[in-house]
This record gives sequence, structure tokens and C-alpha cells, in this order.
Amino acid sequence: MTLKTEILKLLEKDCRTTPEQIAAMLGASEAAVSAAIAELEADKTILGYKGMVDWDKTGEEIVTALIEVKVTPQRGDGFDRIAERIYQFEEVESMYLMSGAYDFTVIITGRTLKEVANFVSARLSTIDGVIGTATHFILRKYKEKHTVFENIPVQEERMIFC
Amino acid sequence: MDFNNIMSGKVKSLRPSGIRKFFDLLENMPDAISLGIGEPDYPTPWHIRDAGIYSLEKGFTKYTPNAGMMALRTEISKYMLRRFGLVYDPAKQIVVTVGGSEGIDLALRVLVDAGDEVIIPSPSFVCYEPLTVMAGGTPVLVETKQEDDFKLTPELLRAAITPRTKVLILPYPCNPTGGIMEKADLEAIAEVLKDTDIAVISDEIYAELTYGGKHISPANIPALYDRTIVVNGFSKAYSMTGWRLGFLCAPPEAVSQLVKLHQFGIMSAPTTSQYAAIEALKEGDRDIEAMRADYDRRRRFLVHGLRDAGLECYEPKGAFYVFPCIKSTGMTSDEFCEKFLLAERVAAIPGTAFGPGGEGFVRMCYATSMDELNEALVRLKRFLGKL
Repeated sequence: MTLKTEILKLLEKDCRTTPEQIAAMLGASEAAVSAAIAELEADKTILGYKGMVDWDKTGEEIVTALIEVKVTPQRGDGFDRIAERIYQFEEVESMYLMSGAYDFTVIITGRTLKEVANFVSARLSTIDGVIGTATHFILRKYKEKHTVFENIPVQEERMIFC
Repeated sequence: MDFNNIMSGKVKSLRPSGIRKFFDLLENMPDAISLGIGEPDYPTPWHIRDAGIYSLEKGFTKYTPNAGMMALRTEISKYMLRRFGLVYDPAKQIVVTVGGSEGIDLALRVLVDAGDEVIIPSPSFVCYEPLTVMAGGTPVLVETKQEDDFKLTPELLRAAITPRTKVLILPYPCNPTGGIMEKADLEAIAEVLKDTDIAVISDEIYAELTYGGKHISPANIPALYDRTIVVNGFSKAYSMTGWRLGFLCAPPEAVSQLVKLHQFGIMSAPTTSQYAAIEALKEGDRDIEAMRADYDRRRRFLVHGLRDAGLECYEPKGAFYVFPCIKSTGMTSDEFCEKFLLAERVAAIPGTAFGPGGEGFVRMCYATSMDELNEALVRLKRFLGKL
């Protein structure tokens, strides 16, 4: 594994890890690690550093939906042009081009069911080339990015000498 | 009747664990950072747990053959060849035990008669000495030194051998020092043991946690294969401590006696654990690699941090402990650990708990989260700064 790959794996796991800590863990110099991170940020390999929040633990009402979207690809631009017209909306959290029975998976968040429904009917369905949608509301998040949302019970504390 | 009067003299002669007092302190500090317990911090990989659950659903809850399920012994045989280049016949050379601990106990008991001497490099894991005593033997502790990378040197070994020597224990990769024995070191040991009837019990429970090179077993040295009982298990390699499963690999003559004793004391190792272990051996190599890479990063991080804080620290080559020298503080290991715990609420284990040669050192286990290691180092620097 190259230094950059190792750095990326560590930052993907915990982006608060400092260059000094990464350098110690990898047996590299802090300067080399900082330089590599700067390059990775500059070429957009590292796109950002974001926190993971379980909004269900707060009073905030958040509705997440996964929408299957069927479209007619456009001559010349294929799926990209139409994808861009969808993902530019602030409500769209993630979007993927799919193989199989439909074309895009669009994940959107809103404050209420009605807000999400409005987005689909008023904005998404009316885009040129969109020929069908199916909306699935997410009822509960169990795991995202290798992180489990539930409190995992811990085994009884023990004092054992080993 | 008073039980105190009728207890076995051998049991009464065993030293109580030197760190009991320390654990009592720790018990009242739920917020303390513990670098004390030597146990992987990962749960067992899910596919392995799932295999155990599946075996329960199918009702596989009976005893297994005394030596362990043939399917498991076959996988152990393949594993030993694949990972360490060692050939063991599953039918005649492998016994599945209740953890590496039972393996060590069995190996000592099938070899040791009253008065036989057992050579034990020190500092090392705490069980060898008492188990030798219970087997009727006499422990002969040999102090290894940091300047020798905590290896057992041929000179130290030669000086410890007497006509009564029956067994040499090789506890490498070593808990607590992190020392390992390389090929040339083992060849030198083979040369000393040549023309003797001294058996080797090689505790290789940390074999998979060897950094910067491949683990070499004494059994890899042709002159040692026939005199070596290899102790290994699933606890550290697959994060399966609570499943209590290990195994012994040895020449057939030894295995027939080991199985005889094992069947009287244990009958057979836990069936559910054996099913889970088959899955671990078949599909778990990637889990080992991932865990080792993770431990390796924490190892470097902790060694770097300890040196940065001003402590002399041998770079461990195996297991998941660092064993920094705290002589520069002027404190004994006991004092250091107690004061560090009381002042900064970080638990490390005094080196003296691991026998002669441990004074002046403390053991810290890095099988804990990076956040905790980081915080422990911050507190250590503060602690040392106030001295």
C-alpha cells in the first residue's frame, strides 16, 4: 500500500486523526504526511471532512427517502446531463447511476413526508427525460459507512489478568 | 473442619497475583483508561460468530471426539502449513484444547515428573510458573534482557540447564515484552539442546501478531521439530478470547498422552466454539491481516508517543504490548503504576507481575481505541512533567 492509500484509509475511518498521529502510526515523517494530504485535497481525492450524526437522537424531524428514477438518456450526454439537473437540488443527499431495472438511485432528505412528496411530484417528475419514479421512505437507519446507529450493549466488565 | 488446613501444599505455595491490589483500585475507577487487560478490542468477526450460531440452530450440541472434530483438526493442519510451513497429521498430531492455557497446562503435565526442572524465560506470561509447580516440577526462571531484545540467548539457556532439566518453555512472541525469536536465534537454541532430552513447549498464541516479518516457530527448525509441542489458539488471531479454544501440535507419541489427559480433565473442547473455529480457519485469513495492520499502526503510535514523552522503549516485534522502561523516573514499577493510576487514571501493569527481569518496566496493551491511546499519552506526558 502506498503512503497515500494508507493515509486515506486512516482518514476515512476517523478524519480527526492529525498528521502527527498518522505519521507516528505509519512510521513516516509528519512533513511527508502533511504534503500528501495537501495533494489529496488539491486533486479532490479527499472531498471533505464531515461528521456522522444520528438525528433521531435530537428533537429535529428528518425524513429520508430513497427514490428509484427511470429516465430516457439524452443523445450525446447520456445520463450525465440529466443527473446533473437532479443532483443540483439542495434536497438531494446522494445520487447513483444504477444497473438493472431503473437508472438512478436518489436519496433525499426533508423535514416532513409532505416536503419529500412535493419534491418528487413538483421537481423531480417534471424534469425532461424522467419517465418514472418510485419513492421509498427510510424508516430506520441501522448502519451507514460501517457505523452502527444503535447502542451496542457491552459485555459485563471484568478484571482478568492475561 | 478448616479448609485452610487441608489445602494442597502445592496450591498454597503459589504466589497470589501481585496485581490484585492494583485491580481493586481500578475497580473503583470506572472512568479510568485501561491499558491493562491483554485482550483484542474487536468482537469476533461476524461470519465466525454466525457459524457458531448456525451450529446451535442445527442442534450440534453434543461432545466432539476427545482430540477435537476431525474437520477442525484437518483445517488446523492446513492452517499450520499455509501460515507457518509446518506439517502436522490431523489424525495423530493435533489436539484441540480449551484455549492456549489448557494447552500449556496439558503439555507441562504430560512431560513433568516430580523434581523435573522447567526453564522459563522471564519476564513472561504469568501461568508457566504455577502450572509447573502444580505438575510437580521446579520452575527455573531465566531473566532476559532488553539489550538482547528480550530473547533467550544460548548463553542464558546453557547456564540454566542441569541434569534435571526436562522442559524449555519458549513464550514468543512474548507477552509482556513483545520480543520474538528469529530463525538464527532458534538455531542457536537447537544447538544447545542437541544431544539432550529436553522438550520445548512453544507458546505461539501471538504468532499471527508478528510485525515486520513472518513468525518462525521452533518447529520450523528441523532439529527442534521432534522435541517441540506447539501451543496455539484462536483467541488473539481471530479475536475469539471468550470462545476458549486453542490447539496443540506435537509429535504423535506426545499427542497420544496429551489426548489421554485431556479426555479425563475436559472430555472435549466446546462444540459451538469448534464449529466457529472451522469457519475462522477457512475464511478468516483476511480478518487476521486487517487486525494485524491495525495493531501495527497502534504499536508504532504508542512507541512513538512513549519515546516522545521521554521514556526509553524497546520496539516490540510481536503481540500487542509495549514494555517501556520507567527506571528514569526513579520509581519502582509498582510505584509508577499506582501513582499513574491515582494521579491520571490510566492503568498499566507493573513489569514485576511478569517475573524476574520485569522491575523497571511496565506493560501497556495497545489493543484499545486510538482515542484512548491518544488520551493515555497526553496524561502520561502530564504525569511525567510533574515529577
